Amino acid sequence: MTETLLTTLTSQALEGIVDVTETHGDVVVRVLPAALIDVCTALRDDPAFAFNFLMDVTAVDYPGCDPRFEVVYHLYSLALNHRVRLKVGAPEAAPRVPSVTAVWPGANWLERETYDMYGIQFDGHPDLRRIYLYEEFEGHPLRKDYPKEKRQPLVTRADVEPAQQRRQRERDSERYGRW
Amino acid sequence: MSDTDAGSKAVLPDELHGEPLELQMGPSHPATHGTVRISLKLDGERILWSDVQVGYLHRGFEKECEAGEYAQAIPYTDRLNYASPIINNVGYCLAVEKLFGVEVPPRGQYLRTIASEISRLSDHFTCLGAGAMELAAMTPFLYCMQAREHMWDLHEALCGARVTTNYVRIGGLQSDAPDGFAALCREKLAAALAIFADVERMLTENPIFRDRLEGTGIASADTLIAYGVTGPLLRAAGVPLDLRRTQPYLVYDQLDFDVPIGKTGDNYDRYLVRVEEIRQSVRIIEQALAALPEGPVDVDDPRLRLPPKGRVFNRMEELIDQFKMVTEGARPPAGEVYQAVEGANGELGFYIVSNGSGRPWKCRCRSPSFSNTQVLSEMVQGALLADVVPTFDMINMIGGECDR
Repeated sequence: MTETLLTTLTSQALEGIVDVTETHGDVVVRVLPAALIDVCTALRDDPAFAFNFLMDVTAVDYPGCDPRFEVVYHLYSLALNHRVRLKVGAPEAAPRVPSVTAVWPGANWLERETYDMYGIQFDGHPDLRRIYLYEEFEGHPLRKDYPKEKRQPLVTRADVEPAQQRRQRERDSERYGRW
Repeated sequence: MSDTDAGSKAVLPDELHGEPLELQMGPSHPATHGTVRISLKLDGERILWSDVQVGYLHRGFEKECEAGEYAQAIPYTDRLNYASPIINNVGYCLAVEKLFGVEVPPRGQYLRTIASEISRLSDHFTCLGAGAMELAAMTPFLYCMQAREHMWDLHEALCGARVTTNYVRIGGLQSDAPDGFAALCREKLAAALAIFADVERMLTENPIFRDRLEGTGIASADTLIAYGVTGPLLRAAGVPLDLRRTQPYLVYDQLDFDVPIGKTGDNYDRYLVRVEEIRQSVRIIEQALAALPEGPVDVDDPRLRLPPKGRVFNRMEELIDQFKMVTEGARPPAGEVYQAVEGANGELGFYIVSNGSGRPWKCRCRSPSFSNTQVLSEMVQGALLADVVPTFDMINMIGGECDR
Protein backbone atom coordinates (compact mmCIF):
# COMPACT_ATOMS: atom_id res chain seq x y z
CA MET A 1 0.00 0.00 0.00
CA THR A 2 2.71 2.42 1.08
CA GLU A 3 5.04 1.24 -1.70
CA THR A 4 2.45 1.85 -4.40
CA LEU A 5 1.80 5.35 -3.14
CA LEU A 6 5.51 6.02 -2.89
CA THR A 7 6.19 4.92 -6.48
CA THR A 8 3.18 6.81 -7.85
CA LEU A 9 4.21 9.98 -6.08
CA THR A 10 7.80 9.68 -7.28
CA SER A 11 6.87 8.84 -10.88
CA GLN A 12 4.15 11.49 -11.21
CA ALA A 13 6.58 14.22 -10.10
CA LEU A 14 3.95 16.85 -9.30
CA GLU A 15 5.26 20.35 -9.62
CA GLY A 16 6.28 21.90 -6.32
CA ILE A 17 7.19 18.67 -4.54
CA VAL A 18 10.64 18.90 -3.00
CA ASP A 19 11.08 15.26 -2.05
CA VAL A 20 9.20 12.11 -1.11
CA THR A 21 10.44 9.93 1.72
CA GLU A 22 9.18 7.15 3.92
CA THR A 23 9.46 6.87 7.68
CA HIS A 24 7.88 4.32 10.04
CA GLY A 25 5.54 3.21 7.29
CA ASP A 26 4.28 6.74 6.57
CA VAL A 27 4.90 8.56 3.30
CA VAL A 28 6.19 12.09 3.82
CA VAL A 29 6.07 14.70 1.07
CA ARG A 30 7.77 18.06 1.36
CA VAL A 31 6.06 20.74 -0.69
CA LEU A 32 6.99 24.30 -1.64
CA PRO A 33 4.56 26.80 -0.07
CA ALA A 34 3.76 28.40 -3.43
CA ALA A 35 2.63 25.06 -4.86
CA LEU A 36 0.68 23.85 -1.84
CA ILE A 37 -2.81 24.50 -3.19
CA ASP A 38 -2.02 22.89 -6.55
CA VAL A 39 -0.46 19.85 -4.93
CA CYS A 40 -3.37 19.46 -2.51
CA THR A 41 -5.95 19.80 -5.27
CA ALA A 42 -4.10 17.22 -7.34
CA LEU A 43 -3.82 14.83 -4.41
CA ARG A 44 -7.54 15.18 -3.75
CA ASP A 45 -8.78 14.91 -7.34
CA ASP A 46 -6.35 12.50 -9.00
CA PRO A 47 -7.89 8.98 -8.72
CA ALA A 48 -4.40 7.57 -8.15
CA PHE A 49 -4.28 9.44 -4.83
CA ALA A 50 -7.92 10.31 -3.96
CA PHE A 51 -7.08 11.98 -0.66
CA ASN A 52 -10.57 13.11 0.25
CA PHE A 53 -9.88 13.46 3.99
CA LEU A 54 -7.82 16.16 5.61
CA MET A 55 -7.33 14.58 8.99
CA ASP A 56 -5.05 17.03 10.70
CA VAL A 57 -3.15 20.28 10.36
CA THR A 58 -0.50 21.24 12.85
CA ALA A 59 2.95 22.78 12.97
CA VAL A 60 6.30 21.92 14.51
CA ASP A 61 8.70 24.54 15.81
CA TYR A 62 12.42 24.00 15.16
CA PRO A 63 14.14 27.11 16.57
CA GLY A 64 17.41 27.89 14.87
CA CYS A 65 16.50 26.03 11.70
CA ASP A 66 15.62 27.62 8.42
CA PRO A 67 12.69 27.68 7.92
CA ARG A 68 11.83 27.65 11.60
CA PHE A 69 8.30 26.29 11.32
CA GLU A 70 7.05 23.25 9.53
CA VAL A 71 3.32 23.05 8.87
CA VAL A 72 2.23 19.41 8.77
CA TYR A 73 -0.86 18.03 7.03
CA HIS A 74 -2.14 14.48 7.42
CA LEU A 75 -4.27 13.21 4.56
CA TYR A 76 -6.26 10.02 4.25
CA SER A 77 -7.93 8.42 1.28
CA LEU A 78 -11.16 6.56 1.90
CA ALA A 79 -11.20 4.85 -1.50
CA LEU A 80 -7.57 3.69 -1.49
CA ASN A 81 -7.14 3.44 2.29
CA HIS A 82 -3.74 5.10 2.38
CA ARG A 83 -2.23 8.06 4.16
CA VAL A 84 0.30 10.75 3.42
CA ARG A 85 1.95 13.51 5.40
CA LEU A 86 2.61 16.86 3.72
CA LYS A 87 5.12 19.33 5.06
CA VAL A 88 5.52 22.99 4.23
CA GLY A 89 8.15 25.29 5.66
CA ALA A 90 7.36 28.73 7.09
CA PRO A 91 10.14 31.23 7.88
CA GLU A 92 10.57 32.77 11.32
CA ALA A 93 10.30 36.41 10.20
CA ALA A 94 6.84 36.22 8.66
CA PRO A 95 5.46 32.70 8.96
CA ARG A 96 2.73 32.33 6.38
CA VAL A 97 1.48 29.55 4.13
CA PRO A 98 -1.52 29.38 1.81
CA SER A 99 -4.75 28.16 3.37
CA VAL A 100 -6.20 24.89 2.10
CA THR A 101 -9.75 25.73 3.20
CA ALA A 102 -10.75 25.94 -0.45
CA VAL A 103 -9.66 22.33 -0.97
CA TRP A 104 -11.00 20.89 2.30
CA PRO A 105 -13.41 23.13 4.24
CA GLY A 106 -12.48 21.16 7.36
CA ALA A 107 -9.13 22.95 7.37
CA ASN A 108 -10.90 25.99 8.80
CA TRP A 109 -10.68 25.15 12.49
CA LEU A 110 -7.44 23.21 12.16
CA GLU A 111 -5.69 26.21 10.63
CA ARG A 112 -7.21 28.52 13.22
CA GLU A 113 -5.74 26.28 15.90
CA THR A 114 -2.32 26.31 14.24
CA TYR A 115 -2.49 30.08 13.99
CA ASP A 116 -3.52 30.30 17.64
CA MET A 117 -0.74 28.05 18.88
CA TYR A 118 2.12 29.00 16.53
CA GLY A 119 1.19 32.35 15.02
CA ILE A 120 1.37 31.08 11.48
CA GLN A 121 -0.73 33.09 9.04
CA PHE A 122 -2.83 31.20 6.53
CA ASP A 123 -3.36 33.29 3.41
CA GLY A 124 -6.88 33.06 2.06
CA HIS A 125 -8.41 31.72 5.26
CA PRO A 126 -11.98 33.04 5.54
CA ASP A 127 -11.96 33.72 9.29
CA LEU A 128 -8.49 33.49 10.82
CA ARG A 129 -8.87 34.23 14.52
CA ARG A 130 -7.84 32.47 17.70
CA ILE A 131 -9.88 29.42 18.52
CA TYR A 132 -8.87 28.20 22.00
CA LEU A 133 -7.41 31.33 23.54
CA TYR A 134 -8.96 34.74 23.91
CA GLU A 135 -8.11 37.49 21.47
CA GLU A 136 -6.12 39.53 24.01
CA PHE A 137 -3.75 36.63 24.71
CA GLU A 138 -0.14 37.65 24.15
CA GLY A 139 2.11 35.29 22.21
CA HIS A 140 1.64 31.83 20.78
CA PRO A 141 2.00 29.17 23.45
CA LEU A 142 3.27 26.18 21.48
CA ARG A 143 6.30 28.05 20.21
CA LYS A 144 9.39 26.70 21.91
CA ASP A 145 10.38 30.16 23.14
CA TYR A 146 7.10 30.57 25.03
CA PRO A 147 7.81 29.59 28.65
CA LYS A 148 5.34 27.09 30.07
CA GLU A 149 4.90 29.06 33.30
CA LYS A 150 4.45 32.44 31.63
CA ARG A 151 1.63 34.49 33.10
CA GLN A 152 -0.66 36.63 31.03
CA PRO A 153 -1.69 40.18 31.94
CA LEU A 154 -5.11 40.52 33.51
CA VAL A 155 -7.68 41.61 30.97
CA THR A 156 -10.56 43.58 32.39
CA ARG A 157 -13.95 44.08 30.94
CA ALA A 158 -13.21 47.72 30.17
CA ASP A 159 -10.21 46.64 28.07
CA VAL A 160 -12.10 44.30 25.83
CA GLU A 161 -15.58 45.70 25.50
CA PRO A 162 -15.06 48.40 22.85
CA ALA A 163 -12.78 46.20 20.78
CA GLN A 164 -15.10 43.22 21.06
CA GLN A 165 -18.09 45.24 20.00
CA ARG A 166 -16.20 46.67 17.06
CA ARG A 167 -15.06 43.20 15.96
CA GLN A 168 -18.56 41.88 16.39
CA ARG A 169 -19.98 44.65 14.20
CA GLU A 170 -17.35 44.05 11.55
CA ARG A 171 -18.01 40.33 11.48
CA ASP A 172 -21.74 40.84 11.39
CA SER A 173 -21.66 43.19 8.45
CA GLU A 174 -19.21 40.95 6.65
CA ARG A 175 -21.11 37.72 7.07
CA TYR A 176 -24.47 38.98 7.21
CA GLY A 177 -24.96 42.07 5.10
CA ARG A 178 -27.46 44.66 6.16
CA TRP A 179 -29.74 43.60 8.97
CA MET B 1 -36.23 54.67 16.41
CA SER B 2 -33.80 56.40 14.05
CA ASP B 3 -34.71 58.70 11.20
CA THR B 4 -33.83 56.20 8.50
CA ASP B 5 -36.21 53.64 9.96
CA ALA B 6 -39.04 56.14 9.99
CA GLY B 7 -38.97 56.27 6.19
CA SER B 8 -39.72 52.57 5.80
CA LYS B 9 -42.53 52.64 8.31
CA ALA B 10 -45.16 52.15 5.64
CA VAL B 11 -43.81 48.71 4.67
CA LEU B 12 -45.37 46.66 7.42
CA PRO B 13 -43.83 43.20 6.85
CA ASP B 14 -40.26 44.56 6.98
CA GLU B 15 -41.10 46.49 10.06
CA LEU B 16 -42.47 43.40 11.76
CA HIS B 17 -39.46 41.40 10.75
CA GLY B 18 -37.08 43.65 12.59
CA GLU B 19 -33.64 42.32 13.18
CA PRO B 20 -32.54 38.77 14.00
CA LEU B 21 -32.48 37.64 17.59
CA GLU B 22 -29.06 36.97 18.96
CA LEU B 23 -28.86 34.05 21.32
CA GLN B 24 -25.88 32.69 23.18
CA MET B 25 -26.18 29.02 24.10
CA GLY B 26 -23.61 28.23 26.74
CA PRO B 27 -20.76 28.11 27.73
CA SER B 28 -22.67 26.42 30.50
CA HIS B 29 -26.05 25.39 29.25
CA PRO B 30 -28.27 22.70 30.77
CA ALA B 31 -29.06 21.19 27.38
CA THR B 32 -25.51 20.70 26.18
CA HIS B 33 -23.13 18.19 27.66
CA GLY B 34 -19.77 19.81 27.21
CA THR B 35 -18.60 23.33 27.80
CA VAL B 36 -19.12 25.13 24.54
CA ARG B 37 -20.72 28.35 23.42
CA ILE B 38 -22.95 28.45 20.39
CA SER B 39 -23.70 31.96 19.13
CA LEU B 40 -26.89 31.95 17.15
CA LYS B 41 -28.77 34.45 15.03
CA LEU B 42 -32.39 33.54 14.80
CA ASP B 43 -35.28 34.54 12.62
CA GLY B 44 -38.12 33.42 14.85
CA GLU B 45 -37.03 29.87 15.58
CA ARG B 46 -35.02 29.43 12.36
CA ILE B 47 -31.27 29.53 12.61
CA LEU B 48 -29.83 32.09 10.21
CA TRP B 49 -26.25 31.83 11.31
CA SER B 50 -24.32 30.10 14.02
CA ASP B 51 -20.80 30.13 15.35
CA VAL B 52 -19.48 27.42 17.63
CA GLN B 53 -16.86 28.64 20.07
CA VAL B 54 -14.70 26.05 21.74
CA GLY B 55 -11.71 26.29 24.05
CA TYR B 56 -13.31 26.54 27.47
CA LEU B 57 -11.50 23.39 28.56
CA HIS B 58 -8.21 24.22 26.88
CA ARG B 59 -5.38 23.33 29.22
CA GLY B 60 -2.34 23.06 26.96
CA PHE B 61 -2.17 19.28 26.53
CA GLU B 62 0.58 19.51 23.93
CA LYS B 63 2.70 21.97 25.89
CA GLU B 64 2.46 19.80 28.98
CA CYS B 65 3.45 16.70 27.02
CA GLU B 66 6.51 18.47 25.61
CA ALA B 67 7.61 19.39 29.12
CA GLY B 68 7.54 15.87 30.54
CA GLU B 69 8.89 12.45 29.77
CA TYR B 70 7.06 10.14 27.41
CA ALA B 71 5.49 8.12 30.20
CA GLN B 72 4.37 11.26 32.01
CA ALA B 73 2.01 12.13 29.18
CA ILE B 74 -0.13 9.03 29.71
CA PRO B 75 -2.20 10.49 32.59
CA TYR B 76 -2.89 13.55 30.44
CA THR B 77 -4.32 11.34 27.72
CA ASP B 78 -6.91 10.03 30.21
CA ARG B 79 -8.31 13.51 30.34
CA LEU B 80 -8.76 13.87 26.60
CA ASN B 81 -11.93 11.90 26.12
CA TYR B 82 -12.76 11.23 29.74
CA ALA B 83 -15.73 9.09 28.79
CA SER B 84 -13.44 6.54 27.11
CA PRO B 85 -10.02 7.07 28.72
CA ILE B 86 -8.40 3.74 27.88
CA ILE B 87 -8.75 4.25 24.12
CA ASN B 88 -6.67 7.43 24.48
CA ASN B 89 -4.06 5.59 26.56
CA VAL B 90 -3.85 2.90 23.90
CA GLY B 91 -3.57 5.40 21.04
CA TYR B 92 -0.73 7.31 22.65
CA CYS B 93 1.20 4.23 23.71
CA LEU B 94 0.85 2.63 20.28
CA ALA B 95 2.31 5.79 18.75
CA VAL B 96 5.33 5.76 21.07
CA GLU B 97 5.79 2.03 20.54
CA LYS B 98 5.79 2.64 16.80
CA LEU B 99 8.69 5.07 17.33
CA PHE B 100 10.57 2.34 19.21
CA GLY B 101 9.52 -0.27 16.68
CA VAL B 102 8.24 -2.70 19.30
CA GLU B 103 4.99 -4.61 19.69
CA VAL B 104 3.53 -5.81 22.96
CA PRO B 105 3.03 -9.57 23.48
CA PRO B 106 -0.32 -11.15 22.50
CA ARG B 107 -1.81 -11.12 25.99
CA GLY B 108 -1.08 -7.41 26.29
CA GLN B 109 -2.68 -6.79 22.93
CA TYR B 110 -5.80 -8.74 23.83
CA LEU B 111 -6.15 -6.97 27.16
CA ARG B 112 -5.74 -3.60 25.45
CA THR B 113 -8.45 -4.57 22.98
CA ILE B 114 -10.82 -5.65 25.76
CA ALA B 115 -10.10 -2.50 27.77
CA SER B 116 -10.63 -0.28 24.69
CA GLU B 117 -14.01 -1.82 24.03
CA ILE B 118 -15.04 -1.45 27.68
CA SER B 119 -14.20 2.24 27.32
CA ARG B 120 -16.11 2.48 24.06
CA LEU B 121 -19.17 1.04 25.79
CA SER B 122 -18.78 3.58 28.56
CA ASP B 123 -18.61 6.37 25.99
CA HIS B 124 -21.67 5.22 24.07
CA PHE B 125 -23.69 4.80 27.28
CA THR B 126 -22.74 8.35 28.23
CA CYS B 127 -23.60 9.76 24.83
CA LEU B 128 -26.97 8.05 24.53
CA GLY B 129 -27.95 8.66 28.14
CA ALA B 130 -26.98 12.31 28.17
CA GLY B 131 -28.54 12.78 24.74
CA ALA B 132 -31.84 11.45 26.00
CA MET B 133 -31.67 13.57 29.13
CA GLU B 134 -31.19 16.73 27.13
CA LEU B 135 -34.36 15.86 25.27
CA ALA B 136 -36.04 15.71 28.69
CA ALA B 137 -35.97 11.93 29.10
CA MET B 138 -34.50 11.64 32.58
CA THR B 139 -35.04 7.92 33.20
CA PRO B 140 -32.93 6.60 30.29
CA PHE B 141 -30.13 8.85 31.50
CA LEU B 142 -30.15 7.29 34.95
CA TYR B 143 -30.33 3.80 33.45
CA CYS B 144 -27.40 4.56 31.15
CA MET B 145 -25.35 5.88 34.05
CA GLN B 146 -26.12 2.65 35.89
CA ALA B 147 -24.86 0.69 32.89
CA ARG B 148 -21.79 2.89 32.72
CA GLU B 149 -21.07 2.20 36.38
CA HIS B 150 -20.68 -1.47 35.45
CA MET B 151 -18.10 -0.50 32.84
CA TRP B 152 -16.29 1.63 35.37
CA ASP B 153 -16.30 -1.34 37.77
CA LEU B 154 -14.33 -3.13 35.08
CA HIS B 155 -11.93 -0.19 34.75
CA GLU B 156 -11.49 -0.38 38.49
CA ALA B 157 -10.81 -4.12 38.40
CA LEU B 158 -8.14 -3.58 35.75
CA CYS B 159 -6.30 -0.60 37.13
CA GLY B 160 -7.85 0.60 40.39
CA ALA B 161 -9.27 3.82 38.99
CA ARG B 162 -12.73 4.32 37.59
CA VAL B 163 -12.28 7.33 35.30
CA THR B 164 -8.69 8.54 35.17
CA THR B 165 -7.41 5.10 34.35
CA ASN B 166 -3.74 5.59 33.40
CA TYR B 167 -3.81 1.89 32.58
CA VAL B 168 -1.73 1.40 29.46
CA ARG B 169 2.04 1.78 29.57
CA ILE B 170 4.57 2.28 26.83
CA GLY B 171 5.44 -1.32 26.03
CA GLY B 172 2.72 -2.96 28.05
CA LEU B 173 0.18 -2.43 30.76
CA GLN B 174 0.21 -1.14 34.30
CA SER B 175 -0.59 -4.70 35.44
CA ASP B 176 -2.05 -7.94 34.22
CA ALA B 177 -5.79 -8.49 34.61
CA PRO B 178 -6.77 -9.73 38.08
CA ASP B 179 -7.81 -13.32 38.76
CA GLY B 180 -11.34 -14.02 37.68
CA PHE B 181 -11.44 -11.00 35.40
CA ALA B 182 -13.09 -12.90 32.55
CA ALA B 183 -15.97 -14.02 34.77
CA LEU B 184 -16.38 -10.54 36.24
CA CYS B 185 -16.34 -9.05 32.75
CA ARG B 186 -19.07 -11.38 31.49
CA GLU B 187 -21.19 -10.69 34.57
CA LYS B 188 -20.86 -6.91 34.25
CA LEU B 189 -21.52 -6.92 30.52
CA ALA B 190 -24.65 -8.99 31.02
CA ALA B 191 -25.84 -6.61 33.73
CA ALA B 192 -25.15 -3.53 31.58
CA LEU B 193 -26.86 -5.04 28.55
CA ALA B 194 -29.92 -5.92 30.62
CA ILE B 195 -30.17 -2.30 31.74
CA PHE B 196 -29.55 -1.03 28.24
CA ALA B 197 -32.32 -3.26 26.86
CA ASP B 198 -34.71 -1.21 29.00
CA VAL B 199 -33.23 2.01 27.66
CA GLU B 200 -33.79 0.80 24.13
CA ARG B 201 -37.38 -0.10 24.93
CA MET B 202 -37.88 3.41 26.29
CA LEU B 203 -36.23 5.26 23.42
CA THR B 204 -36.00 3.45 20.09
CA GLU B 205 -39.72 3.39 19.29
CA ASN B 206 -40.64 6.34 21.48
CA PRO B 207 -42.60 8.78 19.25
CA ILE B 208 -41.42 11.91 21.08
CA PHE B 209 -37.80 10.83 20.98
CA ARG B 210 -38.05 9.88 17.31
CA ASP B 211 -39.74 13.15 16.39
CA ARG B 212 -36.82 15.06 17.81
CA LEU B 213 -34.19 12.93 16.08
CA GLU B 214 -35.63 11.85 12.77
CA GLY B 215 -34.77 14.16 9.92
CA THR B 216 -32.80 16.59 12.05
CA GLY B 217 -29.15 17.48 11.75
CA ILE B 218 -28.80 15.77 8.39
CA ALA B 219 -25.44 16.05 6.69
CA SER B 220 -24.46 14.22 3.52
CA ALA B 221 -21.47 11.90 3.44
CA ASP B 222 -19.67 14.30 1.08
CA THR B 223 -20.05 17.21 3.48
CA LEU B 224 -18.86 15.12 6.40
CA ILE B 225 -15.83 13.87 4.49
CA ALA B 226 -14.94 17.40 3.37
CA TYR B 227 -14.95 18.44 7.02
CA GLY B 228 -12.88 15.46 8.11
CA VAL B 229 -15.65 13.96 10.22
CA THR B 230 -15.16 10.32 11.22
CA GLY B 231 -16.68 7.80 13.59
CA PRO B 232 -20.38 7.10 14.24
CA LEU B 233 -21.38 10.39 12.56
CA LEU B 234 -19.85 9.36 9.26
CA ARG B 235 -21.04 5.76 9.55
CA ALA B 236 -24.59 7.00 10.12
CA ALA B 237 -24.32 8.71 6.74
CA GLY B 238 -23.57 5.35 5.13
CA VAL B 239 -19.76 5.32 4.97
CA PRO B 240 -18.37 2.19 6.64
CA LEU B 241 -15.11 3.80 7.76
CA ASP B 242 -13.89 2.13 10.91
CA LEU B 243 -10.16 2.00 11.57
CA ARG B 244 -10.62 -1.26 13.44
CA ARG B 245 -11.59 -2.72 10.08
CA THR B 246 -9.80 -0.59 7.46
CA GLN B 247 -6.40 -0.22 9.16
CA PRO B 248 -6.55 -2.79 11.96
CA TYR B 249 -4.37 -2.37 15.01
CA LEU B 250 -4.04 -4.55 18.15
CA VAL B 251 -5.91 -7.80 17.42
CA TYR B 252 -9.03 -6.43 15.72
CA ASP B 253 -8.17 -8.29 12.51
CA GLN B 254 -8.56 -11.60 14.37
CA LEU B 255 -11.99 -10.78 15.76
CA ASP B 256 -15.32 -10.97 14.06
CA PHE B 257 -17.55 -7.91 14.25
CA ASP B 258 -19.79 -5.80 12.02
CA VAL B 259 -19.51 -2.12 11.18
CA PRO B 260 -23.06 -0.79 11.37
CA ILE B 261 -23.99 2.01 8.97
CA GLY B 262 -27.02 4.24 8.61
CA LYS B 263 -28.96 5.40 5.58
CA THR B 264 -29.97 9.03 5.81
CA GLY B 265 -27.38 10.43 8.19
CA ASP B 266 -29.86 12.10 10.51
CA ASN B 267 -29.71 12.09 14.28
CA TYR B 268 -31.84 8.99 14.57
CA ASP B 269 -29.39 7.05 12.41
CA ARG B 270 -26.58 8.24 14.66
CA TYR B 271 -28.50 6.93 17.63
CA LEU B 272 -29.12 3.56 15.94
CA VAL B 273 -25.49 3.23 14.86
CA ARG B 274 -24.33 3.74 18.43
CA VAL B 275 -26.88 1.26 19.76
CA GLU B 276 -25.62 -1.34 17.33
CA GLU B 277 -21.99 -0.52 18.12
CA ILE B 278 -22.72 -1.33 21.74
CA ARG B 279 -23.72 -4.85 20.70
CA GLN B 280 -20.68 -5.19 18.46
CA SER B 281 -18.34 -4.07 21.25
CA VAL B 282 -19.82 -6.73 23.51
CA ARG B 283 -19.24 -9.29 20.76
CA ILE B 284 -15.62 -8.18 20.47
CA ILE B 285 -15.05 -8.43 24.21
CA GLU B 286 -16.61 -11.90 24.39
CA GLN B 287 -14.41 -13.20 21.58
CA ALA B 288 -11.30 -11.58 23.01
CA LEU B 289 -12.00 -13.06 26.45
CA ALA B 290 -12.43 -16.51 24.92
CA ALA B 291 -9.19 -16.19 22.96
CA LEU B 292 -7.20 -14.43 25.70
CA PRO B 293 -3.76 -16.10 25.63
CA GLU B 294 -1.50 -16.71 28.59
CA GLY B 295 1.88 -15.06 28.86
CA PRO B 296 3.44 -11.71 29.69
CA VAL B 297 1.66 -8.41 29.04
CA ASP B 298 4.83 -6.30 28.77
CA VAL B 299 7.58 -6.33 26.18
CA ASP B 300 10.84 -7.64 27.53
CA ASP B 301 12.81 -4.52 26.69
CA PRO B 302 14.73 -2.51 29.30
CA ARG B 303 14.38 0.63 27.15
CA LEU B 304 10.65 0.63 27.86
CA ARG B 305 9.73 -1.29 30.97
CA LEU B 306 11.33 -1.49 34.39
CA PRO B 307 13.01 -4.83 35.04
CA PRO B 308 11.50 -7.00 37.83
CA LYS B 309 12.43 -5.86 41.34
CA GLY B 310 14.07 -9.16 42.29
CA ARG B 311 16.58 -8.88 39.47
CA VAL B 312 17.25 -5.18 40.10
CA PHE B 313 18.41 -5.94 43.64
CA ASN B 314 20.65 -8.83 42.65
CA ARG B 315 22.11 -8.09 39.25
CA MET B 316 24.27 -5.26 37.95
CA GLU B 317 22.79 -5.05 34.44
CA GLU B 318 19.21 -4.69 35.63
CA LEU B 319 20.22 -2.19 38.29
CA ILE B 320 21.73 0.03 35.58
CA ASP B 321 18.62 -0.38 33.41
CA GLN B 322 16.39 0.52 36.30
CA PHE B 323 18.50 3.57 37.16
CA LYS B 324 18.50 4.83 33.58
CA MET B 325 14.80 4.22 33.20
CA VAL B 326 13.92 6.11 36.37
CA THR B 327 16.25 9.06 35.79
CA GLU B 328 15.92 9.51 32.04
CA GLY B 329 12.75 7.74 31.06
CA ALA B 330 12.17 5.98 27.79
CA ARG B 331 14.27 7.47 24.98
CA PRO B 332 12.92 6.59 21.56
CA PRO B 333 15.13 7.10 18.50
CA ALA B 334 14.72 10.36 16.60
CA GLY B 335 11.91 10.32 14.09
CA GLU B 336 8.22 10.98 13.74
CA VAL B 337 5.11 8.85 13.62
CA TYR B 338 1.38 9.21 13.18
CA GLN B 339 -0.72 6.51 14.76
CA ALA B 340 -4.50 6.52 14.56
CA VAL B 341 -6.95 4.39 16.49
CA GLU B 342 -10.73 4.25 16.31
CA GLY B 343 -11.88 6.37 19.22
CA ALA B 344 -15.47 6.29 20.40
CA ASN B 345 -16.20 9.37 18.24
CA GLY B 346 -13.89 8.77 15.32
CA GLU B 347 -10.25 8.81 14.35
CA LEU B 348 -8.04 9.54 17.32
CA GLY B 349 -4.53 10.18 16.05
CA PHE B 350 -1.26 10.93 17.73
CA TYR B 351 1.54 12.62 15.82
CA ILE B 352 4.77 12.43 17.79
CA VAL B 353 8.09 13.97 16.83
CA SER B 354 11.12 12.70 18.72
CA ASN B 355 14.58 14.22 18.66
CA GLY B 356 16.09 11.27 20.47
CA SER B 357 15.80 12.76 23.95
CA GLY B 358 13.60 11.57 26.79
CA ARG B 359 10.93 14.16 26.07
CA PRO B 360 8.71 14.41 23.02
CA TRP B 361 9.63 17.35 20.82
CA LYS B 362 6.05 17.48 19.65
CA CYS B 363 3.05 15.49 20.79
CA ARG B 364 0.01 16.28 18.75
CA CYS B 365 -3.40 14.77 19.34
CA ARG B 366 -5.79 14.70 16.41
CA SER B 367 -9.04 14.55 18.31
CA PRO B 368 -12.24 13.43 16.61
CA SER B 369 -14.43 15.77 18.65
CA PHE B 370 -12.66 18.82 17.27
CA SER B 371 -13.33 17.99 13.64
CA ASN B 372 -16.81 16.70 14.43
CA THR B 373 -17.88 19.81 16.33
CA GLN B 374 -16.81 22.04 13.47
CA VAL B 375 -19.59 20.67 11.28
CA LEU B 376 -22.34 21.58 13.77
CA SER B 377 -22.89 24.99 12.15
CA GLU B 378 -23.36 23.30 8.81
CA MET B 379 -25.84 20.79 10.23
CA VAL B 380 -28.13 23.28 11.93
CA GLN B 381 -28.10 25.97 9.25
CA GLY B 382 -31.72 26.83 8.52
CA ALA B 383 -33.01 24.37 11.09
CA LEU B 384 -35.06 25.10 14.18
CA LEU B 385 -33.44 26.16 17.42
CA ALA B 386 -34.71 22.99 19.10
CA ASP B 387 -32.74 20.90 16.60
CA VAL B 388 -29.44 22.19 17.97
CA VAL B 389 -29.86 20.10 21.09
CA PRO B 390 -30.24 16.61 19.54
CA THR B 391 -27.64 17.42 16.87
CA PHE B 392 -25.13 18.52 19.45
CA ASP B 393 -25.92 15.41 21.52
CA MET B 394 -25.30 13.04 18.67
CA ILE B 395 -22.08 14.81 17.66
CA ASN B 396 -21.12 13.97 21.24
CA MET B 397 -18.56 16.70 21.64
CA ILE B 398 -16.32 15.89 24.59
CA GLY B 399 -14.77 19.11 25.88
CA GLY B 400 -11.60 17.51 27.18
CA GLU B 401 -10.82 16.06 23.80
CA CYS B 402 -12.03 18.92 21.63
CA ASP B 403 -10.22 21.62 23.59
CA ARG B 404 -7.21 19.59 24.81
